[in-house]
Amino acid sequence: MYDFDFAKPATIAEARAALNSDEAQALGGGQTLLPTMKQRLAAPGLLVSLTGIAEMKGVRPTADGQLVIGGATTHAMVAAEAAAHYPALADLARRIGDPAVRNRGTIGGSLANNDPSACYPAAVLASGATIVTDSREIAADDFFDGMFGTALEDGEIITGVRFPLPREADYQKFVQPASRFALVGVFVARFSDGVRVAVTGAGAQGVFRWTEAEAALSADFSRDAVAALAVPDVEMISDMHAAGDYRAHLVRVMTGRAVAAAR
Amino acid sequence: MPQVTLSVNGTQMTAEVEGRTLLVELLRDRFRLTGTHIGCDTSQCGACAVHVDGALVKACTALALDLDGADVTTIEGMAGADGTLSPVQQAFQDHHGLQCGFCTPGMVMAAAALLSENPKPTEAEIREYLEGNICRCTGYHNIVKAILAASGQPVDDLAASVA
Repeated sequence: MYDFDFAKPATIAEARAALNSDEAQALGGGQTLLPTMKQRLAAPGLLVSLTGIAEMKGVRPTADGQLVIGGATTHAMVAAEAAAHYPALADLARRIGDPAVRNRGTIGGSLANNDPSACYPAAVLASGATIVTDSREIAADDFFDGMFGTALEDGEIITGVRFPLPREADYQKFVQPASRFALVGVFVARFSDGVRVAVTGAGAQGVFRWTEAEAALSADFSRDAVAALAVPDVEMISDMHAAGDYRAHLVRVMTGRAVAAAR
Repeated sequence: MPQVTLSVNGTQMTAEVEGRTLLVELLRDRFRLTGTHIGCDTSQCGACAVHVDGALVKACTALALDLDGADVTTIEGMAGADGTLSPVQQAFQDHHGLQCGFCTPGMVMAAAALLSENPKPTEAEIREYLEGNICRCTGYHNIVKAILAASGQPVDDLAASVA
């Protein structure tokens, strides 16, 4: 790893000031960024750790029935503290990576990175959540912008994520057994006004909504409704672990399982 | 150079480090606590696992400066001052939970973290918790057995089921 300067601000305002440079890069838990830097695929001149900012940590229900999770909240903390409010989200967090990764990795870091196989983008998109940054709010539908791409500007910080709470939901992950990343992951969220289905690990452009399944499930929330659908007409990732047509097939299978398991 | 101070196995320790200095480098190269191993150096194998403020962390994927002020426990801090092994260490010895021993420090730290969160884990819970710790010798069976034993649960059924 090339050397760099390191800063650990205590407030969002200090972090924003520190990130006001072409050389600066925000650091969450570092579970992706540090391995990337070791491979010299990234070489920022200044790392600004966001994990010392108390106001960016924690899980908090709002008065209007939503759940706000601070951007620097670890997966382990979400698994523990969101369970009473949003069990499907807590369950997703509990199965990210491995225990040591969950103790460091953060929800903000995962979303800013938008790995095409990461779990959180599926939950955020299926929930119709709102990404809260230091300067604005971004709807999930406008946030994800292709593989590793997001609507974030340089230096913009994800300070939190606000989740509407569905009536029932579930996340089904078919893991790639070596990496534990989702070969295909499907998050199904049923709201009073309709169903949202988001798929990670499969789409060549990263996380996507399977709109045909949403329409079918909004009319009839059953496994049979999913089984009757054609596989999604979306360009799939095709690699040594799974061919595109197999991933497309798995999307339908995992969606059906999520519907059956939703609570 | 910036300074970092950690409590390591109960002792305050300070060093000057670079921005890029990893926790595992600080522990091994500066504090000479070489029980924490570097296996893959890519966050996968878990040989470098330690406890940071009580939580399991891969020391190869954490910056020393980011942990300034933290309370770190390494494998050297597991046995008592008189050399009495911790229950997990003793169980690894009793049940032959190691062969070459390279992964063992990380395995012991992971097992101890598991038992502090979940004092009576099932076999499946143990195997799931060890997802981030790789062993190339044992086939994991005796590691799982040792952790079950350290939790005070019987291990006879386990041996029979994987015969």
